[in-house]
Amino acid sequence: MTGWIRVCALDEIAPLGSRVVASSQGDIAIFRTAADQVFGLHDKCPHKGGPLSQGIVHGNAVTCPLHGLKIGLKDGEAVAPDKGCAKTFAVRLDGGEVWLQLK
Amino acid sequence: MKKQKLVVVGNGMAGMRAVEELLKLAPDLYDITVFGAEPHPNYNRILLSPVLAGEMTINDIILNPLGWYADNGIRLHVGKTVTKIDRVARKVVAGDGTEEEYDRLLLATGSTPFMLPVPGNDLPGVISYRDIKDTDEMIATAATHKHAVVIGGGLLGLEAANGLKLRGMDVTVVHLMPWLMERQLDKVAADMLKASLEARGLKFLLEKQTEALLGGESGRVAAIRFKPAPGYDPGDGLEIPADLVVMAAGIRPNTALAESARLHCNRGIVVNDTMQTYDPRIYAVGECVAHRGIAYGLVAPLFEQAKVCANHLANFGIARYTGSVTSTKLKVTGIDLFSAGNFMGGAGTDEIVLNDAAGGVYKKLVVKNDTLVGAVLYGDTADGGWYFQLVKDGQNIRELRDQLLFGQNHVGDGGHAGVSKAASMPDEAEVCGCNGVCKGDIVKAIKSQGLFTLDDVRKHTKASSSCGSCTGLVEQILASTIGGAYTPADTKEKPLCACTDHSHGVVRQTIRERHLLTIPDTMHYMDWKTPDGCASCRPALNYYLISTWPGEAKDDPQSRFVNERAHANIQKDGTFSVVPRMWGGLTTPAELRVIADIAEKYQVPTVKMTGGARIDLLGIRKEDLPKVWADLGAAGMVSGHAYGKSIRTVKTCVGAEHCRFGTQRSMEMGVKLEKMLFGMGSPHKVKLAVSGCPRNCAEAGIKDIGVIGVDSGYEIYVAGNGGIKTEVAQFLCKVKTDDEVKEYSAAFLQLYREEGFYLERTCHYVARVGLDHVKAAVVSDPLKRKALYERLLFALKDYADPWREAVEKPAVRRDYQVIEIKEAEVVS
Repeated sequence: MTGWIRVCALDEIAPLGSRVVASSQGDIAIFRTAADQVFGLHDKCPHKGGPLSQGIVHGNAVTCPLHGLKIGLKDGEAVAPDKGCAKTFAVRLDGGEVWLQLK
Repeated sequence: MKKQKLVVVGNGMAGMRAVEELLKLAPDLYDITVFGAEPHPNYNRILLSPVLAGEMTINDIILNPLGWYADNGIRLHVGKTVTKIDRVARKVVAGDGTEEEYDRLLLATGSTPFMLPVPGNDLPGVISYRDIKDTDEMIATAATHKHAVVIGGGLLGLEAANGLKLRGMDVTVVHLMPWLMERQLDKVAADMLKASLEARGLKFLLEKQTEALLGGESGRVAAIRFKPAPGYDPGDGLEIPADLVVMAAGIRPNTALAESARLHCNRGIVVNDTMQTYDPRIYAVGECVAHRGIAYGLVAPLFEQAKVCANHLANFGIARYTGSVTSTKLKVTGIDLFSAGNFMGGAGTDEIVLNDAAGGVYKKLVVKNDTLVGAVLYGDTADGGWYFQLVKDGQNIRELRDQLLFGQNHVGDGGHAGVSKAASMPDEAEVCGCNGVCKGDIVKAIKSQGLFTLDDVRKHTKASSSCGSCTGLVEQILASTIGGAYTPADTKEKPLCACTDHSHGVVRQTIRERHLLTIPDTMHYMDWKTPDGCASCRPALNYYLISTWPGEAKDDPQSRFVNERAHANIQKDGTFSVVPRMWGGLTTPAELRVIADIAEKYQVPTVKMTGGARIDLLGIRKEDLPKVWADLGAAGMVSGHAYGKSIRTVKTCVGAEHCRFGTQRSMEMGVKLEKMLFGMGSPHKVKLAVSGCPRNCAEAGIKDIGVIGVDSGYEIYVAGNGGIKTEVAQFLCKVKTDDEVKEYSAAFLQLYREEGFYLERTCHYVARVGLDHVKAAVVSDPLKRKALYERLLFALKDYADPWREAVEKPAVRRDYQVIEIKEAEVVS
């Protein structure tokens, strides 16, 4: 397992909220669910490029703020019947710190 | 624990819909076995007509392919007819000897076509029109024979006749009654339909009773003979040739199996409101059922039954089926026809009629005690869905009565841009202008995906899912594509979203009655189906909580749409726009300089005037927002609510301050109103305007509140709308002073805040509750008005400037910042 980089403390992301990380691979949205799980997605909706980080988080999904597509946080897949996929990034929680893997 | 066994007899639309609903509620409760007499998986029987007409194939209309049964662990016996129910041993036996035990049994045996008891009804070439086998036989016959006779001029018979005609046969429809579709149409509409079908080459023989079907030399049917009617003219002839006879003279509930098991039947298997038969282990749904004495033959009621049945099979035990109002659409391409409810009228009813025979438009509405009870439409069916809704909801139409016949476009939010003939629209016509969806796309999705509801269509095609103005048209396309299967959602009972079964009204009421203060408490108390809701219900709940319990319930930013969380308006590229506040539209050279400096400093790409007459700075990056607000704040300015479900702007004309015609100081009044309402959240956006004289340059007639100055005071108008569907504001009252304008306006807005449903504009709210209700609270009762006014002031008194918070509070400011990482420091 290589390429892990510290992002921020978990407390710096609101529950059911997100933060944006600027990276060489583009903006990455880091989400925090109600159950304090964290996920990373390319901050670009597969539909029309909306910033997923600005959407409403619910369950393990986020609703894009532009046109309402629901994107699964685990796999980046649009919830059926919508189609499309946002690139996922591995994110983990370690002692209250959020880590992101950039390959 | 061992799973219980559920056996379903009948693999058709009602039975499988019940299984689908059950799997949604309790996927692991039962081992499910399904028997189907036909050798096919469940298919969409309604779409046999398009198959016959050559518009679709059998494969297109399969609803549940074999893989679906396998995926859900359902054991499927196709081509096996259950012949016996052993209620003591709790097992069913099929004709081939297959046995299955059950803990619960669901009968969905459907119906059988009624074959006229006349000599020759068993000849080769005499068939019914019920299933794939019949359809295949009709298609095959059309290729080799010429003369077809369809007995029965009802919905099914006409669709069969149309299909056979399109396949090249010479088709005559024989009908016993004096006009076609007498169970769905009155004579006027039926005659228009007949003329239109005759123009397509169909022939009709009305008031003819079949005496016998005659065989030819080949042994196949060759002719049909009628009984001589009273006053019969022998020159008329009593026989016509027939190589194919299709019996479409009605259906009978298929109760043979239930009767053999000694279950109580009376024109159908008798069930109670939970779809239970007289044997409590046995349920029944669909066309085989008699519920409160009625056997339904259209799909919409069967789906309602299936939902209730599944609720009980899943041991939820709360749903009841109380019967259905049905509506009808003929699925013959290019003919617009609709009927619903009691369209024939009768004692105690009035009829409102429009009859334009030459123009091919006929509308009849049947009204009883200020409610609409039935409707027949021919030629222009755009408002069919709306009328059906009014019938189902039993809504009082007294205030609409004089405009009812002209449709929703005249009284509310229709907005279908003059397009009123869904069925005759070409496939390439654009229906949804927001998402660029054409009629053909919608029809294709409905057919290939097996869609039955408006929500389904919205999810699959996005049509009418944005601004919603084409909803009526999409409903009509849905109705004309699937006919009787279509049922509009119940607006009164419509659940808030898929996370709950409760409507907006019930949720609002419960939050008030139970003094609920947080979103999790509300979801828990009201049995939400999802752990933390969705992007539809959370913003609604957040609004209901803080508007019902100001000062007690705490705002949840994560349950607000991004614009209200970021306090700016998101744009398509993810940047935001800022609209600096100009109270009442007034500004100064100094303020304009500040705005110009900001535009230059943050390299704002676009500066323009908004529709509300304010300056819009577009293209600001989110991380720059707090800096922009800090610069505004340093100059004593504040940003504007140009984005929220809240007060937007108060537009004004120059008024008596400058204008030679002005009667009142409209700018000053506008500033007072905008300052009073600063920070007011509401179910949807709220726009105001103040004009200084009746010339009304501020366009107050299309605002949520429009104030028009006159020499003796002000006229107040409410519930106007300049958006999707232009709605002229209604006169509320006339007042004398500026303070009265403030008090009445505030009272109206507070009433809307307390009673409006989330995302309901004032025009929709007033259409729902009635202007009389508003006047009773705001105009005629001073105590109520003052109390409403006080409550609004109370709710607004602690409103904190959100832009200043984003500048000054590090925890809030943090959410605007992008996290920078140092990729060089990646650890392994």
